[in-house]
Amino acid sequence: MVRANLAIFEDDYWALHGTLTELLRNANAQCILLIDRTGQLISSQGAPPDFDITSFASLCAADFEANVQLAQLIGERDFSTLYHQGADESMYLSRVDTRTVLVVLFDRHTTLGLVRLRTKKAVEQLGAVMARLFEKVEYTHEEFSRDVDEEFAVRAEAEIDNLFRD
Amino acid sequence: MSLINYSTREISCKVVFYGPGLGGKTTNVQYVYGRIRPETKGRLVSLATEMDRTLFFDFLPLDLGPIKGFRTRLHLYTVPGQVYYDASRRLILRGVDGIVFVADSLISRFEANVESLYNLHENLAQHDMKLENLPFAVQYNKRDLRDIIPVSDLQEELNPTRYPHFEAVATQGVGVFDTLKCVSKMVLRKLA
Repeated sequence: MVRANLAIFEDDYWALHGTLTELLRNANAQCILLIDRTGQLISSQGAPPDFDITSFASLCAADFEANVQLAQLIGERDFSTLYHQGADESMYLSRVDTRTVLVVLFDRHTTLGLVRLRTKKAVEQLGAVMARLFEKVEYTHEEFSRDVDEEFAVRAEAEIDNLFRD
Repeated sequence: MSLINYSTREISCKVVFYGPGLGGKTTNVQYVYGRIRPETKGRLVSLATEMDRTLFFDFLPLDLGPIKGFRTRLHLYTVPGQVYYDASRRLILRGVDGIVFVADSLISRFEANVESLYNLHENLAQHDMKLENLPFAVQYNKRDLRDIIPVSDLQEELNPTRYPHFEAVATQGVGVFDTLKCVSKMVLRKLA
């Protein structure tokens, strides 16, 4: 049985993909990332950035979580959105649910107001997809055990030996 | 948090280096970064102070390559060891899949090891997690120095459950890969 904390299945992927694509177009954003709040990238849309997207996702999660702690210190539950303004590039982060955050990268071709407006609607749609997804993870791991099985573990061990060699 | 994306055929897992300040957590990750093939590693992110003390975390993504059609990644994190960065440590532990406890072998750091291990248990409990349910290994670092505690004594105090343990000199890379191999294998085996 597969024991992942989160598993994205084909239909969920396309549901997420559709919402992110629509947001990208409607907000006129450059790139959109859906990240898990532990720092893992779940999905992205838009022009591939020229930086390390994996590291970027981990920093976004840390940024968001640090701000949750700040919010709690001043008596708030969290800050549901964050905005970082740059001279040319800006980013807008919005909580989707307790486990995921949406990150929108945009430039002068759009406005914060439009990004904020479109993101709000997208977050509602994404929240519904993620809720279904988490529910499925609880009950349907068995169906996918054919992929991540003993053979997977054996091969993974060989790859680890290969990677970590003095 | 282990994440399996069946559509993009990707698997990601999170390994955290925990332990007291100045124990060698960052040195472990820096050694890994310096020694593995360029195509298998991402950018090493270090949120550190001007004095090179870890402020928030270090992060290094590693790519194991395709395994049964899944691109499999390990994400290595270190926590800041200093006592007053507890909130940061708690955040980094969120969704952890495996832990390396880097203990400082120096006699003068014994109490710091004990406190850090206690703190690890406390912070895992905040996430409704228990150490005994996680892949875990202990690394006794700085074995090349004088005034160090014998491993048998460290085992008695820090590892009575007898999780896998490794002697290390992280500055020279001794024991670094052995420790990481052990925990990584446990993490991926737990998925299957």
